Amino acid sequence: MSAVMIIRKPTRKWEKLPGKNTFCCDGRVMMARQKGVFYLTLFLIVGTCSLFFAFECPYLAVHLSPAIPVFAVLLFIFVMAMLLRTSFSDPGVLPRALPEEANFIEMEIEAANGNVLAGQRPPPRIKNVQINNQIVKLKYCYTCKIFRPPRASHCSICDNCVDRFDHHCPWVGNCVGKRNYRYFYLFTLSLSLLTIYIFAFNIVHVVLREYRSKKMFHVVSLTPHCTVLEVLVCFFTIWSVVGLTGFHTYLISLNQTTNEDIKGSWSGKNRVQNPYSHKNIIKNCCEVLCSPTFPSVLDRRGVMLEDSSSPTHSDASAASTHKSSNPVSQTTKSSAPLIPNEHTPDEAKPGIGAGTQKSTSSPKGEKPPSPTSPNAVAPAVIKESTH
Amino acid sequence: MASLHYYELMTETSLHSSINFHNLQELRHSASLANKVFIQRDYTDGTVCKFQTKFPSELDSRIERTLFEDTVKTLNNYYAEAEKIGGQSYLEGCLACLTVYLIFLCIETRYEKVLKKISRYIQEQNEKVYAPRGLLITDPIERGMRVIEISVYEDRGSSGSSSGSSTTSSSGR
Repeated sequence: MSAVMIIRKPTRKWEKLPGKNTFCCDGRVMMARQKGVFYLTLFLIVGTCSLFFAFECPYLAVHLSPAIPVFAVLLFIFVMAMLLRTSFSDPGVLPRALPEEANFIEMEIEAANGNVLAGQRPPPRIKNVQINNQIVKLKYCYTCKIFRPPRASHCSICDNCVDRFDHHCPWVGNCVGKRNYRYFYLFTLSLSLLTIYIFAFNIVHVVLREYRSKKMFHVVSLTPHCTVLEVLVCFFTIWSVVGLTGFHTYLISLNQTTNEDIKGSWSGKNRVQNPYSHKNIIKNCCEVLCSPTFPSVLDRRGVMLEDSSSPTHSDASAASTHKSSNPVSQTTKSSAPLIPNEHTPDEAKPGIGAGTQKSTSSPKGEKPPSPTSPNAVAPAVIKESTH
Repeated sequence: MASLHYYELMTETSLHSSINFHNLQELRHSASLANKVFIQRDYTDGTVCKFQTKFPSELDSRIERTLFEDTVKTLNNYYAEAEKIGGQSYLEGCLACLTVYLIFLCIETRYEKVLKKISRYIQEQNEKVYAPRGLLITDPIERGMRVIEISVYEDRGSSGSSSGSSTTSSSGR
């Protein structure tokens, strides 16, 4: 007798991740929800370069040198690769604390705070750590239920804590954090070069045509319109992108993030000096740009075990997954809402907080009393290794 | 499967390697999770991955201090090796940049190699040191590199256990 086997597509962990990211290509691509500005960036870059390759390059290749379009092509490929790498990779999202860890931290906080009288506001949840002989305050994230590591920050747009959070860039449609900061920097740097290159050769093109033909805008009617368009786009882009590159070069040389710079964390007399800076520009640049590439701790492509809803965690980079070890019951979606999604009292933003609540806790708001005892023992036996 | 050995050791019975599913369930039921201890990160040296070697009081009766500290120190050394900025990381970075980072589709980064070593080390430590004492270490990568989670198990139904929940769970068959 023939049995019909229903092959169910395995549920991958990215489908159950909290936070407001969108995932594509079965979890390989990770972006923010609003992608409109990213499409605009793509359109501007691809459009301007296409016009350049179509109209200026043939003339310049013939009359000046064929190396000009070749170099432009290489630069264009590099820019696109860096843009896509920045936009599609995990910026360094910190996964939310599982219930046991959250409870453990809660107990620690309560022990540290002692008895709080009824009606009194509990003290803000801050941990002081000493880094390189400076006291740095670690804040508690109410959404992720963790004490944020130093330099991490919670992005309200993506609803994730990101390690070494720089900023959320709508132009690339993603947060910029530890894992993709160097790609972002290389993107701005190469885009500046590309824009300056196209701008310069447009000018050269116009000058050459006038010089050779001695007549204004005679040869091909469409070309001058494209040239003017390209020059305009490049002109405005240069101001913004070159400025941005310069700003980030300055930040890298001081080993600061945009977030720290805006908040003024390390500036001012009474404030702590930057404990992460090596006080040496070369060393700072090396650390930011040449440090080893960190793997993603947010497992996206791991398969969720349906029966116990306990995922296997593995360190997955954007393109490849390998090995996995002991899974743990993931109940982050239905974790006990100990405190509703609110930031620390200093920076309470109830408007943003309220809107993001729905993505993190199920409407029922209750979790099973002891989710770990049957699950933690059982799934540990099953080891999945994906090659 | 290597993971089965955890439970073999924990129940201190000698079982054959050809364990079938029924025995696995029995093993599962013979040990229950009592508590979880979380070893936090040590940020005194900056943002490098390093864990505190402070011995938690909950493990006082379960494992010797030196063994625990050795494990954590070895893990810290592995992470330091992974995050070391030196000749190899420059080379890797430059090569990757020149190939527009496509090279990472073919080769593994140094960090990933070290993470594999760490996972093997943790597995080995679990088998040799922790499982016989009723403990289990979870790889920090699964907790976002924030904590080392140590699960504390208690033998259900063993004479040494003080909890009264000694159930004979044969219903699973």
